[in-house]
Amino acid sequence: MKKFKFGAILSVMLVFVVTGLVMAGTLEGVKARGHLIAGVNGSVFGFSMPDDKGNWKGLDVDTAKAIAAAVFGNANKVKFTALTAVQRLPALQSKEIDVLCRNTTQTLTRETTNGLNFCQVNFYDGQGFLVPKKLGVKSATELGGATVCVLPGTTTELNVADFFRKNKMKWKPVVIEQTAELSKAFFAGRCDCLTSDASQLAAHRSVAPNPDDYVLLPEIISKEPLAPVVRHGDDQWYDIVDWTVMALIQAEEFGITSKNVDKMLKSQDPQIQRFLGVTPGMGKALGLDDKWVYNIIKQVGNYGEIFERNVGPNTPLKLERGQNDLWINGGLMYAAPFR
Amino acid sequence: MEEIVENFAAEEVKPPVASVGVMGWVKENLFKGWFNSFLTVVILYLLFKVIPSIFEWMFIDSVWSTTGEGCREAAGACWSVITDNLRFIIFGFYPYDQQWRPLIAMFLLFGLLFYSRNRKHWNRHLAYGWLFGLFAMGLLMRGGMFGLSTVESTKWGGLPLTLLLSVFGLTAAYPLGVILALGRQSKMPAIKILCVVYIELIRGVPLISLLFMGSIIFPLFLPEGITIDKIVRAQVAIILFTAAYIAEVVRGGLQGMSRGQYEAAESLGLSYYLTMRLVILPQALKIVIPPTVSILISAFKDTSLVAIIALFDLLRTTQTVLSHPKWMGFSPEAYLFIAILYFLGCFSMANYGRKLEKELSTEY
Repeated sequence: MKKFKFGAILSVMLVFVVTGLVMAGTLEGVKARGHLIAGVNGSVFGFSMPDDKGNWKGLDVDTAKAIAAAVFGNANKVKFTALTAVQRLPALQSKEIDVLCRNTTQTLTRETTNGLNFCQVNFYDGQGFLVPKKLGVKSATELGGATVCVLPGTTTELNVADFFRKNKMKWKPVVIEQTAELSKAFFAGRCDCLTSDASQLAAHRSVAPNPDDYVLLPEIISKEPLAPVVRHGDDQWYDIVDWTVMALIQAEEFGITSKNVDKMLKSQDPQIQRFLGVTPGMGKALGLDDKWVYNIIKQVGNYGEIFERNVGPNTPLKLERGQNDLWINGGLMYAAPFR
Repeated sequence: MEEIVENFAAEEVKPPVASVGVMGWVKENLFKGWFNSFLTVVILYLLFKVIPSIFEWMFIDSVWSTTGEGCREAAGACWSVITDNLRFIIFGFYPYDQQWRPLIAMFLLFGLLFYSRNRKHWNRHLAYGWLFGLFAMGLLMRGGMFGLSTVESTKWGGLPLTLLLSVFGLTAAYPLGVILALGRQSKMPAIKILCVVYIELIRGVPLISLLFMGSIIFPLFLPEGITIDKIVRAQVAIILFTAAYIAEVVRGGLQGMSRGQYEAAESLGLSYYLTMRLVILPQALKIVIPPTVSILISAFKDTSLVAIIALFDLLRTTQTVLSHPKWMGFSPEAYLFIAILYFLGCFSMANYGRKLEKELSTEY
């Protein structure tokens, strides 16, 4: 009897292992499960954060919703898992999540030694400095001897060390764990300047007692292309995530928004017809429904709409498009052709 | 002669005014010697300096229901950070229109805990009550039956999650700890070594590292396609950790029992199991109530560490609210609120421990 039980448990475990191996393709796994699981940050306003009703909001959140819309035709078939900086990569490797949309910077070692693939960038960030106006500093190269408030454990801390060493300046770090405490310390005068990604500095400045007393220095000391991440070894899934972000960008370039997308279906432009699946082919090539782009734009909006809604001038972050504008407007957002 | 004696006896000798009543107490406790007087004056001065401004900050200048902007203009505390976000702080991601479910579940838990306070109620019916109660709480939280929509555990958060982790953590860790303590005292070498290794290994690492193991390293060992719930992993880590500490406390109690108790039980012909159940454990566990309670209290507080593995317990939901640009910078108010909730939990545990100790005391 005992032996039989043991055998039963063993065979059940084997079945689990085998089914695990069979479900090699992420797309099939996601479809079988019925929803997408996306890893997000959870506490960066404008990128991924719950509102006071517990609904996820943000640019990264909308990117994940767009992927769900592409796969299922329903942007709400996505579940979010909040991850810390340390957890995010193992969570992806252990297949706890299908895609990581957690303001993660694309770097060489992450792509290679960590076995990850970064898709199309959905936000170009860069590290900058925020200083009080009364300090009278016009450039980051005048910051010699400054005390600098910085978050620990990210590339931010290393970048600022590199910057000061390169310019042969002395600096004193004030390392503070929590974002909220960091800005508090800075506005209380604990340090001369605050360094972080430019998008974060904007968030910090928005909570200053008097935001106009503070100024962003022109130097951006690092490149931080933030992109959704998938595992190595599943090219179809990589293509889907990659082209979902491109579709968001391309839709803005075509002038297709969530409001006019129905009208655009009647467009005579062959490019738009292909793009929206009126002429079939594009979706099928990805293993998706031919209406995939239509579903994304209808339910989530194009990149411009997502940007305005989450981080644009009407939000507390008040970010300008800058590098994140379309290439035709002098930005870096550029989608490969849909054909 | 006789008269004089009588007079002397009748005369009531009062102690000097300065050593009875309020004055006496004050003199004895606050102004005994120059050093005590000096300390009293200094402390009174500090209290006089601090209390009014704290009171002013907390109540007089404070705002209770404004937006973030209103808060920045207020001179005092901004309690709006709590009142405006209360439902997210308490319930986390639980669907907004379904939040009555965890609320009822929590009341059920409090009711059961309160009813179980009285030892006279400890009988079979109470056990059934708990079984039923746990089932009902699980049903309310999880749903999926009787027309309740399913809410996955990934959406559980806030106070219900903190309570879940601590109530299950503590109730599961206690018996496990007792078993480990008995195992460590065992005469069978294999069991003894196993228990010693377990206890020392777990006690030798911080809880954070166990949580990290559970949340980051453990999933990498699982076969592909199988994931174990994040909450379960954290829960197991908390149970394993607390059990090791309880084991050592209980071992202290076991070693505190005199040899005579064991021998008396043996001479009555009791088996090992009955000896432990009827003679040794009831006494041993009683002596270690104070240290056990303090371990349970610290375990309760330690559940807040799950915030660093991104489970949205009470602390993490509060931190999330604080990272919203609208509420950034109002951390004192928010943390004060959380501290009060934790204090209520810890204080009632300590109180109950004291009560149990008094009731079980056999000294006359």
